[in-house]
Amino acid sequence: MRLPTGKIFALLLAGITVVSTALFISHHWWMPQAASEHAPVLDAQFNWTLINTGIAFNLAQLLLAAFVWKFRAQNGRRPRTYGNGVSMAIVIAMVFISLELFGAATLGRRAWASMYSTNPSGDVIRVQAMGQQFAFYFRYPGPDGQFGPIHVRKIDPSVANYFGLDPERDPASRDDIVTTSLVLPVNRPVELVLDSQDVIHSFYVRELRVQQDMVPGMHIPMRFTPTKIGTYEIACTQLCGLGHYRMRAKLQVMPEAEFQTWMRAHTKP
Amino acid sequence: MIPATQIDSSSRAAPRTFLRKYIFSTDHKVVGIQYFCLSLFAVFVGMALSWLMRIHLAWDTARIWGLGHLSATGAPGGAMTPEYYLSLLTLHGTIMIFFVLSTAPQNAFGTYFLPIQIGAEESAFPILNGLSFWLTLVALGVLVSTLFVGDGPPISGWTAYPPLSAVGSHAGPGLGTGQNLWIISIGIFCLGSMLSAVNFIVTFIDMRCEGMSLMRLPLTCWAWFITAILVLLSFSVLFAGAVLLLLDRTAGTSFFIPANLLISGTLDPHSGGSPLLWQHVFWFFGHPEVYITILPGFGIVSHLVAGFARKPILGYKVVVGCMLVIGFLSFVVWGHHMFVSGMSPFSGFLFSIPTIIISLPATVTTLLWLGTLWGGRLHFTTAMMFCLAFISTFVTGGLTGIFLAHPALDAYLHATYFVVGHLHLVMGVSAIFAVFAATYYWYPKMFGRMLSERLGMAHFWLTFVGVYCIFMPMLLLGLSGNPRRYAMLTDDFLIPLIPMHRFVTMAALATGAVQFVFVLNLIWSAFQGEPATDNPWKATSLEWTTSSPPPLGNFQDAPTVNHGAYEYCDTLGDRDFVLQSDPREVKA
Repeated sequence: MRLPTGKIFALLLAGITVVSTALFISHHWWMPQAASEHAPVLDAQFNWTLINTGIAFNLAQLLLAAFVWKFRAQNGRRPRTYGNGVSMAIVIAMVFISLELFGAATLGRRAWASMYSTNPSGDVIRVQAMGQQFAFYFRYPGPDGQFGPIHVRKIDPSVANYFGLDPERDPASRDDIVTTSLVLPVNRPVELVLDSQDVIHSFYVRELRVQQDMVPGMHIPMRFTPTKIGTYEIACTQLCGLGHYRMRAKLQVMPEAEFQTWMRAHTKP
Repeated sequence: MIPATQIDSSSRAAPRTFLRKYIFSTDHKVVGIQYFCLSLFAVFVGMALSWLMRIHLAWDTARIWGLGHLSATGAPGGAMTPEYYLSLLTLHGTIMIFFVLSTAPQNAFGTYFLPIQIGAEESAFPILNGLSFWLTLVALGVLVSTLFVGDGPPISGWTAYPPLSAVGSHAGPGLGTGQNLWIISIGIFCLGSMLSAVNFIVTFIDMRCEGMSLMRLPLTCWAWFITAILVLLSFSVLFAGAVLLLLDRTAGTSFFIPANLLISGTLDPHSGGSPLLWQHVFWFFGHPEVYITILPGFGIVSHLVAGFARKPILGYKVVVGCMLVIGFLSFVVWGHHMFVSGMSPFSGFLFSIPTIIISLPATVTTLLWLGTLWGGRLHFTTAMMFCLAFISTFVTGGLTGIFLAHPALDAYLHATYFVVGHLHLVMGVSAIFAVFAATYYWYPKMFGRMLSERLGMAHFWLTFVGVYCIFMPMLLLGLSGNPRRYAMLTDDFLIPLIPMHRFVTMAALATGAVQFVFVLNLIWSAFQGEPATDNPWKATSLEWTTSSPPPLGNFQDAPTVNHGAYEYCDTLGDRDFVLQSDPREVKA
């Protein structure tokens, strides 16, 4: 029995297309609910691209399936060429790409810029984050608003001196608050400066829609405003050694009043 | 152009000893088969590594039989440590990208068929040709040796970012001897590739036979030529980077290592370097590299789809133009691998524009393939099925790349399984499907016997379903924020994703098992396959005008070409195609 190969392929492909589209649309495996100010723009660009590529995906796969179904070699049928085929291909491709360029120039530019270039208004919380094989450490400048200098030779995790501070010599270090969790108040802009002590790490919080490598020798500023109270996971996403999979920290976003209480509790008298 | 008729073939005496005929050969056909066998071996090693990785991810306390014997420290009692997972991951990526995807499409089929398709009796530099194979083989040996020396292969991934890859063994296992051997292997591979590229470029330009103008060339030849240019320009840069990394590791230089690094409690003595410099150098190579893996596939699919649709390829000149544009643009998009690297966000935005634009020629080419199928008379051989599957998986993989082209979206998706799904769909699936298609198509020509269509179709159906089951879920895992290169899934948000990982693992093991059907077919058909005629596919290009396999010198008499490569039509009575060397003035 000669199997209708083309038809089976066409049906299989149509099935794969429908199932895949359904899986994406179902949002069962999806980004978690957003928790930062720039997230809506980013999610909007995401949806723009998803719709654009989703239509392209369905059109291309179903056209492939349809052509394979219909144009099996049959006696008596001559091959035909569609005269305007080349122009059509170029026009369709240009429309598709233009939609993506439009998305990039509008939503994309705003989303990207808000993570880096915007000077945040309002009372900015400044925090430093340090990556190390295999933990994240955070530092707040304290009431004097200044970060004390880092002395690499003084770094000693066994006495929790993760930043190599020397409070005796450096007055600015005396009120620095060093933690292993990142604690932030809701709805206030944050400038988080990333650094690394050894190899490249990365700071990734899914709900905040932020990701940035932590590169030794560089101080990389990230800007975002958390908008939802909750506890989130910070994961390392740049391969940093054998403990990469377990390098994580907690981000706690709390109401302003609670944050002030927390700051007071951690400020050295 | 040196017409084949003017080459004095008596100056090239036929090799007589076994060693000169089959081992240290300078015959491009033998070298092509040698490359094919090398890639076939490498792909099974790479696949086995992926099975080990997937089993560990799905069941992280599983004891894998025999693994403890391969590495007592890496997998005591067969239970894989997280660091050994990373070692296997590094080897998997390196073997697959270099020794399979950069080798089989270009060096296996290109070495064999470029000279024949252009009507030449041999490539331009036969000795360089043979030498490039042997360098590639030595490189593979050096790489595989990392499994058996010191504390194993490096854990820094195929991308080997410093400082992790540069500071030495106290940063992690495999980062001593293993990393040095990895760098040396890559360096030797680069040399082999560059020599082969020079050979291809000169062959394409200088050795075409009488009448074989540029616009009459099969699209496979154009693809191999453009790919060879990419190889020469990109692998040279990787070679430089590899040398600099080795110097940082062994000679006290600091190209990539900044000051004040505290690694495992020790202050590193290097200073003045930039880790980002490596990333720029690596990805300047790395992006053209992925087009090196796919462009020969474009050529193969274009060539085969036309043949099995019995129609000229729609828009031949546009396809050539698209491949040229892709080749050129591939050199100006490397920064899209570095959007969140710490590079200036302005640079990031700049890189995203050509990254989006490069999908224009890729989209046009895909639509031209669809347009070739429209109205055709499709013959569903196994080779054709893999071409159709290539189109499907390339569409899927390519479209997912568009998400990653936008820096803001990449901020969420970077280093997640979305990228892993994307890269495997375009490279691990589409490019491999092109190799399968090429194998089913050209095996009769290379070995004089047909492959079994029954085994071929079984291989096809199961593989096609299998790859979608493996890699479509990875896109969903990435959307959920599942980071890549994690040896274990222990984060709170990852635990609910483990059932999906188990599904992927089972699909991967099943699809891997199906590949043995392919190998069985290759071996069985060599002895029991139906003897092949000169032109079993009724195709037009010059390899089908000579015997299966071709004789020494490829052709009895040097061919003269009078026709383009895609003259399929049905106005000729008994046949619907015109061989390129057909002396008649036939209008297709």
